Amino acid sequence: MTTQKNTLMLGTRKGLITFERNGNGWAHKNASFLGIPVSLTHVDSRTGTWWACLDHGHWGQKLHFSNDQGASWEEVASPKFPEGTEVKPGEVASVKYLWAFAEGGSDRPEELYIGTEPGGLFKSSDNGHSFELIESLWNHPSREGHWFGGGRDYPGIHSIVVDPRDSQHLYIGISCAGVFESYDGGNSWEIRNQGLRADYLPDPQAEVGHDPHLLVTCPNQPNYLWQQNHCGIFRSMNGGELWDDVTDVDGPAKFGFAVAVDHNNPEQAWVVPAVSDEVRVAVDGALCVCRTDDGGATWNNFREGLPQQNCYDIVFRHALDNTGDTLAFGTTTGNLFLSNNKGESWETISHNLPMIYSTAFI
Amino acid sequence: MPKVNFTSALRRFYPDLKPFEIEAKTVSDILKHLNQNYPGLTDYLVDEQGRLRQHVNIFIGDKLIKDKIGLQDVLSKDDEVYIMQALSGG
Repeated sequence: MTTQKNTLMLGTRKGLITFERNGNGWAHKNASFLGIPVSLTHVDSRTGTWWACLDHGHWGQKLHFSNDQGASWEEVASPKFPEGTEVKPGEVASVKYLWAFAEGGSDRPEELYIGTEPGGLFKSSDNGHSFELIESLWNHPSREGHWFGGGRDYPGIHSIVVDPRDSQHLYIGISCAGVFESYDGGNSWEIRNQGLRADYLPDPQAEVGHDPHLLVTCPNQPNYLWQQNHCGIFRSMNGGELWDDVTDVDGPAKFGFAVAVDHNNPEQAWVVPAVSDEVRVAVDGALCVCRTDDGGATWNNFREGLPQQNCYDIVFRHALDNTGDTLAFGTTTGNLFLSNNKGESWETISHNLPMIYSTAFI
Repeated sequence: MPKVNFTSALRRFYPDLKPFEIEAKTVSDILKHLNQNYPGLTDYLVDEQGRLRQHVNIFIGDKLIKDKIGLQDVLSKDDEVYIMQALSGG
């Protein structure tokens, strides 16, 4: 049974904005960090701590936490590459963007993970007061020759999945490199890209160089993984050993960034399509949400309540979330939509928000 | 002693930040001193490798510093140093 979540937390170009369930609707509640881009937020289910990743235009990447549900915030040192670390020979590494945030397992309440551009996975073992680069991934032999930027200048880690059954079992998604898996808490890594397709590479079936825009799992059946990839939609039923292409050949569910999976039914997933990489706007000027109930064999397109003409919105990778029958997504043009029936119809929560980078029910 | 001035934008994060004079031979010396008095402030100005952030400007008098990587521009005792934000964003 899903506990009803009553707050929506948005990371936007102009701050962290919250909405709260208000009777049958949702009302604007608060804004923090006004004017500062918030790339991502997270609420730690183990401690209740709120986290915000800030992308200052001038002052770099910052990390803040709140122990009073956003009433006050405190800054902690954000992840940093060790002195002298190089992206490639002669080019030193510095964190450009905080792009993924995950809590460790329930048995390790002090552990947190952050993924960054360029391609660094950082781990905290003291509840975020310090972070260390996971060197085994940074030194993976594939990194220097086969990882590259996708949408950002350098390769970036935007997805971190911690297996709810085993805190040592991790997956990450890198644009562009692909999916990597660790069974030992990040000490060693296996490449998990078999079955993916990278149409932009000389060899589309290359072992590394894939672009999973977002990697997610079904929390109650973690062997099921889904990804909205640059080159389609892929699902794995065996923990990433093999990916199946479940792109909708005849419909719009092809290119996009976000994907969400039902927390109990691993066959049910949602995507929000966009026109492919050269254009990046809503398909045919109209927003739709596509849902599969059969593991991607077929897709239904839902449009009720969404703009169907002259629409340019797309949905970034972290800007779609689901809880029970309720879904919400925020768009690049500051629209926030919500559905209470598994995406079949939608209501507008706001048309007047900044560009939305992330949307999360808490 | 060189005098150090700041963009008012930094007072959002460090409300007590004020101009001050310091015995410093280089810009790098100033930043080391800054972090002692205002912990974390240098993180706002330089990245983890010590390079000036892309959208931060430091002037000595009316001239931009030349060494944005090592911050080794030499200071004279009467210099005024201005730590500013570049005009960017939207």
